[in-house]
Amino acid sequence: MFNHLLSLLIWLPVVGAIPVLLAGASRPNMARWLSLLVAVLTFAASLLLLVQYHPDAGGMQLVESYLWIPAWGVHYGLAVDGISVALILMTTFVGILVIAGAWEVIQDKPHQYMAAMLMLEGLLIGVFCATDALLFYALFEAILIPMFILIGIWGGPRRVYATLKFFIYTFFGSVFMLIALLYLYQKAGTFDMATLAALPLTMKEQTWIFFAFLIAFAIKVPMVPVHTWLPDAHVEAPTGGSVVLAAVMLKVGTYGMLRFILPITPDAGGHFAWLIIGLSLVAIVYIGYVALVQEDMKKLVAYSSVAHMGFVTLGIFIAFMLVREQGNAEMAQLGMQGALVQMISHGFVSGAMFTCIGVMYDRLHTRQIKDYGGVINVMPWFGFFYVLFAMANSGLPGTSGFVGEFMVIMASFTANPWIALFAAFTLIIGAAYTLWMVKRVLWGDITNPHVAEMKEINGRETFVLTAFAAAVLAVGIWPQPLVHLMDSSAMQLVHQLAVHKI
Amino acid sequence: MPNFNDILILLPEFYLVAAACLLLLLDAFMKPEQRSSLHWLSILVLLVAIYLVIAGQPDFTATAFGGMFVRDRVAEILKVFALGTTALVMVYARPYLIDRQLLKGEFYTLMIFAVIGIMLLVSAGNLVTVYLGLELLSLSSYALVALNRDSGLSTEAAIKYFVLGALASGMLLYGMSMVYGASGMGGAPSLALSHLHDVISYTTAPKLLLFGLIFMVVGIGFKLGAAPFHMWIPDVYQGASTPVTTFIASGSKLAAFGMAYRLLEGGMGDLSPHWQLMLAVLAVVSLAIGNLVAIVQTNLKRMLAYSTISHMGYLLLGLAAAGPEGYAAAMFYAICYSLMSVAAFGVILALTRSGFECEEIADLKGLNQKSPWMAFLMLLAMFSLAGVPPLFGFWAKVLVLEAAIHAGMLWLAVAGIVFAIIGLYYYLNVIKVMYFDKPAEDSVLQVKSDGSMRVMLSLNALSLLVLGLYWGPLLSWCREAFGL
Repeated sequence: MFNHLLSLLIWLPVVGAIPVLLAGASRPNMARWLSLLVAVLTFAASLLLLVQYHPDAGGMQLVESYLWIPAWGVHYGLAVDGISVALILMTTFVGILVIAGAWEVIQDKPHQYMAAMLMLEGLLIGVFCATDALLFYALFEAILIPMFILIGIWGGPRRVYATLKFFIYTFFGSVFMLIALLYLYQKAGTFDMATLAALPLTMKEQTWIFFAFLIAFAIKVPMVPVHTWLPDAHVEAPTGGSVVLAAVMLKVGTYGMLRFILPITPDAGGHFAWLIIGLSLVAIVYIGYVALVQEDMKKLVAYSSVAHMGFVTLGIFIAFMLVREQGNAEMAQLGMQGALVQMISHGFVSGAMFTCIGVMYDRLHTRQIKDYGGVINVMPWFGFFYVLFAMANSGLPGTSGFVGEFMVIMASFTANPWIALFAAFTLIIGAAYTLWMVKRVLWGDITNPHVAEMKEINGRETFVLTAFAAAVLAVGIWPQPLVHLMDSSAMQLVHQLAVHKI
Repeated sequence: MPNFNDILILLPEFYLVAAACLLLLLDAFMKPEQRSSLHWLSILVLLVAIYLVIAGQPDFTATAFGGMFVRDRVAEILKVFALGTTALVMVYARPYLIDRQLLKGEFYTLMIFAVIGIMLLVSAGNLVTVYLGLELLSLSSYALVALNRDSGLSTEAAIKYFVLGALASGMLLYGMSMVYGASGMGGAPSLALSHLHDVISYTTAPKLLLFGLIFMVVGIGFKLGAAPFHMWIPDVYQGASTPVTTFIASGSKLAAFGMAYRLLEGGMGDLSPHWQLMLAVLAVVSLAIGNLVAIVQTNLKRMLAYSTISHMGYLLLGLAAAGPEGYAAAMFYAICYSLMSVAAFGVILALTRSGFECEEIADLKGLNQKSPWMAFLMLLAMFSLAGVPPLFGFWAKVLVLEAAIHAGMLWLAVAGIVFAIIGLYYYLNVIKVMYFDKPAEDSVLQVKSDGSMRVMLSLNALSLLVLGLYWGPLLSWCREAFGL
């Protein structure tokens, strides 16, 4: 049984969604409890992963590999390294919280909502542990289906526009990756990611493949200038959809970069590192300013997500620059670590921010900042959480937001102080837009009479927010276990960066 | 003089001819209230034919009547799926036909004759057999389209289909005569495809041969429904009664692939550099016209018609790759497409009632509220048609794209993928209507309670998911058929 832990993690939620669907519209409570049970079991199984994975040994562990399509030599191949383990844990953790978060909020066909969530969770876990490129691609695309449904059915007024844009935009990017993968298959005769990583490629090939991969993953991350689907999708998505989208789905993009761009096209990656670094800085600075002027809270957090994900791409590609131009593997590893920690941290912080906005939206049915004001007077406990997450979002030391950003800024300082200067802007802008939002929403006098009628968060909401808060603080105060978990994998990534394939 | 062995090789076909004639007789002597037994009898006839095809398959390629008829793995696979999808169409058609008082023996016998045409076509070893099979299939199809003779739309569609089809047959025949003539220049004239295979090497009239080839490609393009020979598709799809449309969109496409393979690879294999380019152009034009025009359709059947045109573009991608890899991919695609379109039309059939054709995309509004299961089946069919993993249609697309890249036509693959993105929109639109829109006030959506249909439709649509997760064996069969 335990040789198949990864398969169990993928299929438990996917198959678990079937009884949830069958429980049917007639018994919504049964569907809710069933889905919670499945989510909790999946989380428990992912904790086993933590036990079974040996961080010090490094490399891919818990390998499962079965011949899937003999004619093409495609394997149903799963394995994890430290990065995957961390991301899977985050996925299962968030999985419970979104199901709990949707409990009585989703009244329209809750069974379908919960089932879509569970399927999404299973597919995301699959993405994080696939070792076969074709399997990865299939899962990478398949996650669009439940998300499309989630935004389309339970979203806001412009949900149809947003969900179509989301689907077509992301599909558009990934098909070029498919062409690149087929090309690689022609050369290597396999889709095994480890073999593809060792495949020698000329600079011209690498450049084309690099851009094919880049367009797929850059849209998912999303990087400037292909980020425009994200604010729409976030604004229109139901709270749970936004949480999963921000916390986990965006990470698929950067995870794909680590798994594909780094090992397969290191030379092209190094050559074009300046481009990605430049785009990341644009995301950090410019999108930060864009976030400042938003009037819709969800849009503000969506733009802040783009800025924060800019740190992840910056960390990854600053490592390229450090290793390949300065031969500084030590700092490169710091940058890579920072990017990885930032991925996890952003997952918790943005998930928490969207949950908070969802809590307010459920009460007032508006996301406009101007409709609020003085919320702290009626919801003090909620205010406590909201301020905590806002602090984490602006990167206050002691919260998870600080750790990754600090590491990335350190690394970029070594590479080029100017890059660090621009990157450090985020500490100011991030604080500005987040705290300004807090000021306008929480503090001040109650001007809108409806705000006065808002009820304090109930037990379920407290549980969800406490869980997020615990995660944010744990990573912020004591990041060592997380860093240790991903340490050997980060080192391996840095080694892959340094390879010259030409 | 045909010997006993020849007859054994053709046993499934002979059996079907006999069975179809018997059914006609039965129908004539049957009381009207017993007619429904014809339905089950016809399905049984097809199932027995599947058994005969599988059980009697020779270990290696067998030919009968001096090479007129070829029985190899390619033909076997196509026949099994053509018979299977036709049986599915019959299952789906029953409630529709009963509602409209169309449940007549003619429907069943014509379908069976059309299938015999398909079987001859995919087994053709000779230009005459190709033509024979094609005409049997086409003539049965014309009559089927006109089956609902009181409907002006059906009659119009049938006439259009007939006129254009006759024109295309003429083109094909003309091309065949050119090729036949070219084969006589510098050698003995021959109609056998195996003989024509290397005619280019000795003929003294290569221009004549190429001239003939072009006309033959036109005939193939018409049968496939590839642009610019696609004019009949939208009208016929829309005008024919939905069961007949389903048949034309499924079994008929398998036949078209078989015909293209027999004529181009079997007969004109040495000319592949010439026809590869023609097919590549047909593919790109089909992809463009099919996908772009489908976007603006409001009629579901018409949209699926344009979607067919684009799918034939993908099939041509595999054919244009001209090699065992490409043929295997194209055959996989043809099988996949026939399963997908049967499922999509099956859902439409499940929702029609007398007086309500469920033809407009808007008719599906809020289907998820009325019948989540039907909506889910349609969702599977639509995502599969759009080529979104993990569904079956995605893998078929991957295979033809891979074949195109393998044949060094990277640009063709890129064109295919770009149009896949465009095509995504109209499939998503159907899902949007079913899932995101509220049902109209006067919505009359209701699902047929026909048990056999519900079961088979569910299995059919779920097979798109199952085959999407486990498509290895089918791919292996297709590859083995082409000696890979």
